[in-house]
Amino acid sequence: MTKFVQVCLNGLTLGSLYALIALGYTLVYGVLRFINFAHSDVVTIGAWMAFVFCGLIGWLGTDSPIFAMPFILALSMAACALLGFTIERLAYRPLRRAPRLNVLITAIGVSLFLQNAGQLKWVFGTQPQAMPKLLSEQALFTIANVKVPVVDVVIVVLAFVLLVWLQYLVFRTRLGQAMRAVSFDERTAALMGINVDWVVSITFMIGSALAAAGGMMYGLRYGTLLQTADSVWVLLGLKAFVAAVVGGIGNVRGAVAGAFLIAFVEMFGAAYRSPQMRDVYVFGILIAVLILKPGGLLGKSTVEKV
Amino acid sequence: MKSLAERAAAHKPNLLAVIGRSAWPIALGFIFAYLMQTVVATAVGDFYGKLMLDVGIAIVCGVSLNFVNGYAGQFSIGHAGFMAVGGYVAAAIVFYGSIKLWGSRDIHGGFLGPGELLLVAGCLIGGAFAALFGLLVGLPSLRLRGDYLAIVTLGFGEIVRVMLQQTEDVVMDPKKVEAMSPLELSDNLGGALGFFGAPRYLDPKNPFWIWLFVVLVLLVAYRLKTSSKGRQLLAVRENEVAAEAVGVPTTRVKVSAFVLSAFFAGIGGGLYAHELGNSLRPADLGFQKSIDLVIIVVLGGMGSITGVVVAATVLTILPEVFREFSEYRMIFYALALILMMILRPQGLFGIRELWELGPWRKLFRRGRL
Repeated sequence: MTKFVQVCLNGLTLGSLYALIALGYTLVYGVLRFINFAHSDVVTIGAWMAFVFCGLIGWLGTDSPIFAMPFILALSMAACALLGFTIERLAYRPLRRAPRLNVLITAIGVSLFLQNAGQLKWVFGTQPQAMPKLLSEQALFTIANVKVPVVDVVIVVLAFVLLVWLQYLVFRTRLGQAMRAVSFDERTAALMGINVDWVVSITFMIGSALAAAGGMMYGLRYGTLLQTADSVWVLLGLKAFVAAVVGGIGNVRGAVAGAFLIAFVEMFGAAYRSPQMRDVYVFGILIAVLILKPGGLLGKSTVEKV
Repeated sequence: MKSLAERAAAHKPNLLAVIGRSAWPIALGFIFAYLMQTVVATAVGDFYGKLMLDVGIAIVCGVSLNFVNGYAGQFSIGHAGFMAVGGYVAAAIVFYGSIKLWGSRDIHGGFLGPGELLLVAGCLIGGAFAALFGLLVGLPSLRLRGDYLAIVTLGFGEIVRVMLQQTEDVVMDPKKVEAMSPLELSDNLGGALGFFGAPRYLDPKNPFWIWLFVVLVLLVAYRLKTSSKGRQLLAVRENEVAAEAVGVPTTRVKVSAFVLSAFFAGIGGGLYAHELGNSLRPADLGFQKSIDLVIIVVLGGMGSITGVVVAATVLTILPEVFREFSEYRMIFYALALILMMILRPQGLFGIRELWELGPWRKLFRRGRL
C-alpha cells in the first residue's frame, strides 16, 4: 500500500512536470503546425537560468527567504519567454511559408545550438551543478506512511494553477480567441484583422515560460542539473512531446491528460516491472497510439488537404 | 493493336542484359577497392589511411540516410541507432563466431581470408537486423505526417542506446563462450563500457571491404535515383498528395526506402565496429552521431549522391584540421543548419549531381532528373 501511494504521488508530480512542458509543444503546434524541437532545450535553459539567478542573488542554501522561489520562478519564466520570442523571430519567422521539412530542420538546428552553446565554459559549462534548495524537503503531511514533501505539493499546485490560467486564457479571452482563430485558419484570421505574427510571438512566449517553470521545478525536485546537451534533458522533452501526441497534439486538455497517462505508466512500470525499461514503456505507448489512433486520445483525426 | 500488358512486357529488359549491366559496375567496384587496398593504402600512410577509412564509413552511412532524408523527403534523426544495431550484431557475430570457430578472437586469415568473410557475413546480417528494426519503426510512423518520423526515430536511437547500456559484460574466456548458446551470448554485449575486443579487420593498411561497400551503396543509390522506384520517392517528396493521386503507393515506397536506408546504415555500423581505433560504445553511436549524418545530408544536398559524398568527405576531414575548435564544432553545425534552411533550403547541391552543375552539364542532359 505504501509503495502504491508513493508511486501514485511520484506519478502525479512527474505528470505535472510533463504537462507544463507538453503544453508548450501543443500550443506551438496549434498555431504553427510544426513540432518545436527546440522546446526541450528551452526547458533545460529555464532550469539553468533559475540556477544562475539563484547564484547571482545569493540564495544558494536552505536559508533563502520564503519568497525566493516565486521570485526566481518569475525571473526564469521571463528570461525564457524572451528566449522563445527571439528564437521565433530569428529562426522560424523567415520560414513561415517554407515547406514543413525545412522548418523541422531549422528547429533541430536551434535545438543543437542551444544544447551546445549552453555547454560552453562561459555559459553554463559542462559540470553538473546542484540546484539550490529553495523549497524545504520536509514533509508537509503524510498519507499512508508516505511523506509528502513540500516540493511535490508546490509542483502539483503550481502546475494546476498554470493549467487553469492557460485554460482561461485560451478559451475565455480575446487573445485566446485570436490564438484559436490562427490555429483554425491562419489566412482567414489575418483577413479578420488578427495580427498573426503577434499571436505567434505571444504563443511562443507563453510556451517558453511554461517550459521554464517545468524545467525549474524539475531541477528543484531532482536536485542536480546536468549539462545542457545531456540525454536526460532530451528524454524529458521527448516524453513531454509523447504526452502531447498521445493526448492529441494541438489540444490543450489532451496534452494534460496525456502527460498524466505517460507519467503514471512510466512510474508504475518502473516500480512494478523493470526500472531500466521506463523509457521503453513510454515509447511503446507512442507507437501504439500512432498505430491505433494517430490523432491522439482527445484529438480528432484530420485529413490532409491540398 | 497490342494490349497494354503486352506493350508493358516489351519494355522489360531480358535477364542477361540486366545481369550484364549490374555485373560490370560491381566488377569495377572490386577493382577500385583492390586498388585502394594495394596502391593507395600503402602510399598515404597510417594517419591519412585512418582518415580515409572514416570518410568511407561516413559515405556509406550518409548516402544511406539520403534515401530517407533526401529522396523520400522524410526526416530520420535516429540513423545512428541503426548503425548501433548493425554494429553490435556484426561485432557479436565476428567476435563470438571467431571464438567458436577458431578458438581465439584474433584476426583470422589474411586478405580475403575466412576471417574477413566472417566479417562480411556479420555486416550483412547486421544490416538485415537493422532493416528489420527499420520496418518496425517505419511502418507505424511513415503512415503519418513527416514530423512523427523524426520523433519516433529520435526515440528509437535513444532506446537502442539505453538497451545496449544494460547488456552484460563481454565474455572473454573462450571456454565459457564454447559452453554458451548464441542466444545466451546475445546479452553479453559489454553494457555502457562498450563492446571491446572485436577483431579489427579494417585498418589503414586493409580498407578493401569499406571501399567495396562504398561502391555498392553508391551504385544502389544511383540506380535507385534513376529508376521508377526512385522517381516515386521523389514524387512523394515533392508533393505527397499529388503523388498519391497519380497512383504512387506512398506509404509503401516510403517504408521501403526507410528499410533500405536502415540496411545500409547497419552495414556501415558493422564496418565501424571493426575499424581499428574505433570504440563500439553505446554513447558513441547516439544522438550526436545521428546529427553528424543529418548535417552531411542537409549540407550536401538532399537527394544528391555526389553532394553527400563531398559533404561526407569534407565534414570528416574538417574536425581533424580544426581540432582546437572542437567545442565549437556543434555550434557551427547548428548555425549552418539554420542558415542553410533560410538561405538555400535545398542544400548546396540540391538534387543535382556534381556533373550536372557547371558549364559541362549540357553533356549530361540525358540522365538529368
